[in-house]
Amino acid sequence: MSLEVLVFIIFNGLLYGMFLFMLSSGLTLIFGMMGILNFAHASFFMIGAYLGYQISENINFWIALIFAPMLVGIMGAMIEKYGLRNIHKYGHIAELLFTFGLFYIIEEMVQLIWGKTPVPYKVPEILNFPLIEISGMSYPAYSMFRLVISLLIFLAIYRVLAKTKTGLIIKASLTNPNMVAALGHNVPRVFSNVFGFGCALAGLAGVLAGNVIGTEPSMALLLGPIVFVVVVTGGLGSIKGALVASIIIGLIQTLTISMEYDLNSLINYLGFQIDINSTINHFTSLTLSQLSPIVPYILLIIVLIARPRGLFGKRDV
Amino acid sequence: MGKEMFNSIKLKFISLFILILFLLFLPYIFSSSFALTLFCKMGVLIIFSVAYNMLLGQTGLLSFGHAIYFGLAGYASIHILAAINNSYLPSLPLVLLPFVGAIVGLILGVSIGYLSTKRLGTAFAMISLGFCELITALTLIFVVFFNGEDGIQADRVTGNDLFGLTYGPQSEVYYLILFWCIITVLIMYLLTKTPFGRMCNAVRDNQQRAEFIGYNVRKIRWIAFSLSATFAGAAGSLHAINYEHIGFESVSLVQSGMVLFMAYIGGIGNFLGPILGAISLTYLDTMLSDVTEAWVLYYGVIFVLVIAFAPQGISGIILMHSPILRNNPALLKKLITPYSIFLVSILLLTIGFTSIVELIHSIKSNHETLKFFWLSFNNKNILIWLALGLIMTSGVIASRKSFGLVKEKWNEVMEEIKLSLIK
Repeated sequence: MSLEVLVFIIFNGLLYGMFLFMLSSGLTLIFGMMGILNFAHASFFMIGAYLGYQISENINFWIALIFAPMLVGIMGAMIEKYGLRNIHKYGHIAELLFTFGLFYIIEEMVQLIWGKTPVPYKVPEILNFPLIEISGMSYPAYSMFRLVISLLIFLAIYRVLAKTKTGLIIKASLTNPNMVAALGHNVPRVFSNVFGFGCALAGLAGVLAGNVIGTEPSMALLLGPIVFVVVVTGGLGSIKGALVASIIIGLIQTLTISMEYDLNSLINYLGFQIDINSTINHFTSLTLSQLSPIVPYILLIIVLIARPRGLFGKRDV
Repeated sequence: MGKEMFNSIKLKFISLFILILFLLFLPYIFSSSFALTLFCKMGVLIIFSVAYNMLLGQTGLLSFGHAIYFGLAGYASIHILAAINNSYLPSLPLVLLPFVGAIVGLILGVSIGYLSTKRLGTAFAMISLGFCELITALTLIFVVFFNGEDGIQADRVTGNDLFGLTYGPQSEVYYLILFWCIITVLIMYLLTKTPFGRMCNAVRDNQQRAEFIGYNVRKIRWIAFSLSATFAGAAGSLHAINYEHIGFESVSLVQSGMVLFMAYIGGIGNFLGPILGAISLTYLDTMLSDVTEAWVLYYGVIFVLVIAFAPQGISGIILMHSPILRNNPALLKKLITPYSIFLVSILLLTIGFTSIVELIHSIKSNHETLKFFWLSFNNKNILIWLALGLIMTSGVIASRKSFGLVKEKWNEVMEEIKLSLIK
């Protein structure tokens, strides 16, 4: 592998990883703070993408960038207040099931409003020019813009949680809700706000990514499970963990997808030969790039079984 | 006490006998091919959802990947059928094919269960989701076995089967499915009565205590998982026989979600719940998917409402009334008024919601007017939108109010029963 290809892979992996981080940072917050595994998180991402499309179609992209996440956040807070809060007494499994139902409802609603086919959500003209060129591949300014925003999100969340009073109250509300309430804070509202904020982050990711990966009703189903992989691998509620896990998964996936090695080449290297017409060849001729979709799920299963607290988590899932 | 128990068992036997008799003559009562197809589908899904509830309801493990065992057993069965078609394999009586599915389910259940039952709760659910996505991705990668998105077909007519059956006509498949449905559901019911079944409940309710008594809770979860996968495999086999086709969607999250909906809406706390859920949702599914394209939306809404307001499911709500029936059936009269008010407001809500959804849909599909029940609407008319919005909001308010009324009356009735019991 030449150095150029390696740089190319690392750069693409970083881009993809930071996209995953933006997508899953909200869920890390919600999961870590409230213990709710929001199955519908990727659905909020999808709503963000569709709202981003609709607003930038009618007004412009920059307004969409601000208002679409806010709308998604309000929607999320409403769902927490009128839905999830009532279910809390039945336990985490019931909450998970509720969001699972929500996932179906949102997908159908989106299909109802915007149709089953992808919508033409385009990258804003002003950022649609090649900014840098690495090993013959040019990268548009828009992907740099996304990279910067996702880094800013990381810094903002990290600082808020670690250094400010708000972060303290949020963290204390999880471990000691009664005490926090006794100190005069409205704990249910803290939870609503955290949930809404997490959803707004997903919405922001949607606005920024919908025009690159394509805005269609199946995007939630495609990305939903990957979000879980990131959150679980990174560790419960650890924003640092989510960042590291996102980048690792991004790198692994870009690496495997660009590798055309199969088992046959290893067998040939060891000095054996496989008959091309045999049944075994169907399996040994599968290349790493063909197998790359399953890599995240294998990672998820291994982490959950072997190290349930993930990379930086402090307690088990 | 002994005589009472004997009587209750006798009653159960008699009602089971009548039920089986009724099911045997069902194809003569509803003889249309549409009804037969529906019954066959129901039978398969009853087995699947009861098997699923062994895990969710009895053992307290939420799985998002139970379609793996259903679907992969289906694939194995279809391959065997195809091999028989091409005479690679000697003819096997079709009635034995679900055994193959069950064995496939068992093997998969034992191996995947070994890994996933180490954990419980949310982590278990996540592992099952991981396996589900993994296997779904694999079905699209290993084209030689799964044939990608097209799936595989085979002919279930393999020549003369036992008793001269050919399984050409759907009615013969109905009896095959009925036979397996009765056997498997009966076995699963009897399993809940064994000490093992009780231990599953103990593991669900209080793991620490179960551990303290000296049971290996993980082993119990593992056995329950494997058994549940076995029965799901038998159901998958019947599914493959019924459709003579299997595709990747039958191992996917969609299928797993469907069985979860069925078990949960029917009621996971009761053995009859999943059966009720499978019957009612399959019926709704078949009826609605012809009429509207938004039926998955209605499904989702029903599911979410059940979780929020009736976590005991349909069967749970029905069974809630058994103490009243046992002690003082006359008290049921008190509940009729609040119930009917509640039902009317729910109806109002349903009409408002569904017609708004259908109206939006009619705009999307470029129809000017929408036929809804016996009415036809023009979707350009703003007044109709306002009226429907009004109906829906009043439905929401009325349902909330009458739900409170139902609760109030219910508590009153319960108090009276308690008082009468103390006396």
